[in-house]
Order: sequence, then structure tokens, then C-alpha cells
Amino acid sequence: MTETLLLALVVVTALAFDFTNGFHDTGNAMATSIATRALKPKTAVALSAVLNLVGAFLSLAVAATIAKGIVDAGVITLPVVLAGLVGGIVWNLLTWLLGIPSSSSHALVGGMVGAVLAAVGTSGVLWTGVVSKVLVPALLAPLIAIAVAGLGTWCVAKLTRGVPQDLTNRGFRWGQIGSASLVSLAHGTNDAQKSMGIILLALIAGGAVPADSNVPLWVILSCAVAMALGTYLGGWRVIRTLGKGLVEIDTRQGMAAETSSAAVILLSSHFGFSLSTTHVATGSVLGSGVGMPGAKVRWSVAGRMFVAWGLTLPAAGLVGALCQWLESAIGGTFGVVAVFAVLVISSAAIWLVSRRKPVDHTNVNEEWDEDKGAGIEPVAATTGQAGGERVGPVPALATASSVGPAIESVGTVGAPGADAPSKGDN
Amino acid sequence: MSDFIEWGALSQVLVAGVLVGAGIPALFALGLRLLAGPARDRGDAVPGAGEAAGRRTSDDGAVAVAIPRPGPARLAGAALCLGLVVAAVATGLFVVVSGGH
Repeated sequence: MTETLLLALVVVTALAFDFTNGFHDTGNAMATSIATRALKPKTAVALSAVLNLVGAFLSLAVAATIAKGIVDAGVITLPVVLAGLVGGIVWNLLTWLLGIPSSSSHALVGGMVGAVLAAVGTSGVLWTGVVSKVLVPALLAPLIAIAVAGLGTWCVAKLTRGVPQDLTNRGFRWGQIGSASLVSLAHGTNDAQKSMGIILLALIAGGAVPADSNVPLWVILSCAVAMALGTYLGGWRVIRTLGKGLVEIDTRQGMAAETSSAAVILLSSHFGFSLSTTHVATGSVLGSGVGMPGAKVRWSVAGRMFVAWGLTLPAAGLVGALCQWLESAIGGTFGVVAVFAVLVISSAAIWLVSRRKPVDHTNVNEEWDEDKGAGIEPVAATTGQAGGERVGPVPALATASSVGPAIESVGTVGAPGADAPSKGDN
Repeated sequence: MSDFIEWGALSQVLVAGVLVGAGIPALFALGLRLLAGPARDRGDAVPGAGEAAGRRTSDDGAVAVAIPRPGPARLAGAALCLGLVVAAVATGLFVVVSGGH
């Protein structure tokens, strides 16, 4: 009975992780297309969801190992997996709340490492693996992506000088949609497999399927659907940061950035040097700002993000470890149920907090106020539509905290206090 | 350090990444540029020379610019560039589908 319950909880939690993974990573593929209005926000997430769904079915070379080479496979038990998953989910939700694009796989690995540390101590963790498979790639991925996307954007900018903008816009819109689709597809193939692997492992450990079993169809189906649903729901906060926060992006930059993402992600997997999709996508967006003459990169936003990346492993690990301790302190079925309850309660709490300042498809493209989205209004009239630039000024709350940074970042506003946040020239 | 960084794989990713990841957008841009016709003619704003593509450059306001129809050589060049891009994307798709990553 306990075993069945535990198995069911692990499966549900793995699907929940899959869901947060989809919804956290929508922006990797679609943020730039949404920001440049190549696609309407809803269309973009729907396209990405479908491609993630398709991608999940495309390749079934499931690595039935979690955190391979990072933790000792012998010490992974179902309760440890559950604690690790909870760590990953909670960190994913927290970073989503803050609108930070952080790696879902790092969150999962962090949660697992923390849970293993709490369960068996340092001997269960392969530190060389942690450094070479997680930390070093995390440092290198954005650098490579910045270089590639920067160079690509620079070439594009040079080559399209003097070409009528109508033509480049139309052309690059298609290029952008195509390259973003490729990123979505690659994400579906890569990331849905992680959850499939976890569930398969849990089923084998629980004795529900034989050890040499293939992935059962319902696992593939449910993982694909969970990820697609998450993607469709759209992590609008993350999309906003990626599309509007880091760089003000145009279609040429968007196309260069997504092509760079797709190329680096696929090539790195091909050469066996796995890089996080999120880190590559974010680096590409930064690169498209670096390479574009005259474009401005908000390094302060990028800095916050890098800090969050650095924290991902320890923070998810801490949650994972706490869950593992809680589990073993209470013990047995109740311990497992308690951890699951922690997951449900913390998720609900984060969701409630997020409702205070909702970001969704209606306001995802609002002007970026450096005070971390302070100017966001729940309902903004003219956004969310493809086509021309934003029409009317958005009545941002003229709070003291948002006026200062707005003046700093715009520089064209005359009188502070009058209508500063409406940024007259738009 | 070599334990921690796989220099071989890293350099391969970097070189191939630059070639593909920056090359494709560049090819795409070149294709569009060729499609748009010679730059010098465009400056003269020849009316009626092209009808389909955009008529405005919004770089400097509302200068009406007609796009001359590209000659056969330009069209062929553009087709080659854009064809290469499509081929690269198809290859990418194939890599995804065949699970080679």
C-alpha cells in the first residue's frame, strides 16, 4: 500500500515537474517572437506547445537515469527522488515568480544532489561530475551563445543595411518563427525525456514494470501532455524578461538569436557537450543585443539572472535536502505525504503571490521599467497584438519608486512627476 | 582542469556554432538583400519599378522607396542563399528526429 502510494506520488510529482519545465521554458523559444510581434502571444505559446508535444514523441532514446554521473545511482530511492523533484519544482516556481529564466534541469539536478546529500552525505555525490557537467557548462553556455548570436546579429545588421524595413521585417519574421519552432521541438525532445526517465525509473523501482521495460505509452503520453500544457499556459513572467527585459529586440535580432539557440543546442548535444537550453537561449538574446549596433543591453537585469543561475543548484538543493530530512524525520507513509503536502502548499502560496501582479498574454510586451516591471498594469489596451508599435501611452502607476528609474532609463523625459512614466516619445 | 572542461567538445561546439548559428542568419540576410535589388537604385526612389515589397524605409521617417525587381542573377543568388538556409533547417530537424542529440 505504502509502496503504491509512494509510486503514485512520485509519478504525479514528476509530471508536475514536467509541467513547470514546460511553462518555465516557453520563453526560451518564443520570447523573442512575442516581443517582436512576429507572433501573437497566444499563437506563439500554442505553436510552442504543439511542437513540444510533437517533440516528446519524436525521440525515445530515454536515458533512464537521473542526474547520471552527478549522484551515485546506487543511493537513489523513491523518497530521495520525490524530495529532489520537490526541490526542483519549488525553485522553478520561485524563479518564475521573479521572472528569471533559469535552467529547469539545473533545478532538478540541484534538488537531487540536495536530497542525496541529506540522505547519505557527501559520499553520494560525484563532485567532479557536478563541476564538469553542471557548473562549467553553466558558465560556458551563455558565453558561447553570446558570441554566436552576437556575431550573427552583427552580420545580419551589416547585410541588411539599406534594405527596406518592410522587406526585412517580413522575411525575418518567418525566419524567426522557423528558428523558434526548431528550439521548441528540440526542447520537447530533450526535456520531456527527463521526466519520462524519472517515471520509468520509479516504475521499475516500485516493481510496476520489469527492469528492462521500455517506456510505457501512457508515460510518454502523460509527459508530453504535461509539458505541452505547461508550455501553453506560458511562463509569461519569464517570457517578458527574455523578450523585453534584457534587450529591446527587433525581428532581425530575434531571428539571429533563435537560430543561434537552435544551432548551439543541437550542436552541443551532437558533440556530447550538453548545455542548458535556458542558458543558451538567454545568452543568445544577450548576444543579439551585443551584436546589434546601437542596441542597449540591460546588464543589471542580466546580472540578477546570473546570480539566480548561481543560486539554482544550492537553492534547489537546500529545498531537496529539507524535504529529505522532513521525510526521514517523520518517516514512512506520513513522511512522504508530508513532503507532498509541502509541495502543494508552497506551490499554491507562490501562485497566490503571483496573482498580485499578474503577467499574462495581455501585458507581456509592456514597456520594460527597470524597477522590475513596476509599471505593469494588469490590463493594457494595445498590447498582445501583432502589428505596429504600441499605440497609446500606458498609464503606469506614478509611484515614486518607478519614476526615478524611468527617468534614468529613458532620458528624454522633461519634468519628473508630471507624466514621466508614460515615456512621451512612444 | 582538463577533468572539468572537455576542451575538444567545447571548441567543436564553438566553431560549428559560429559557422551555423551565425552563418544561417547571415545567409538569410544576404538572400533578402539580394531580393531587395541593388542598393544604389533604391536610393533614387524609382517609382513603379517594384510593386510587391515594402515601399517605406522607416529608418528615417517616411521616405517612399520603391524596390526594383531583382535581376535574374540576384534572384538566383537569393534562391541559393535561402535554399541553403532551408536545407540547414531541414538538417536540424533531421537531427532532432533521429535523436542524434
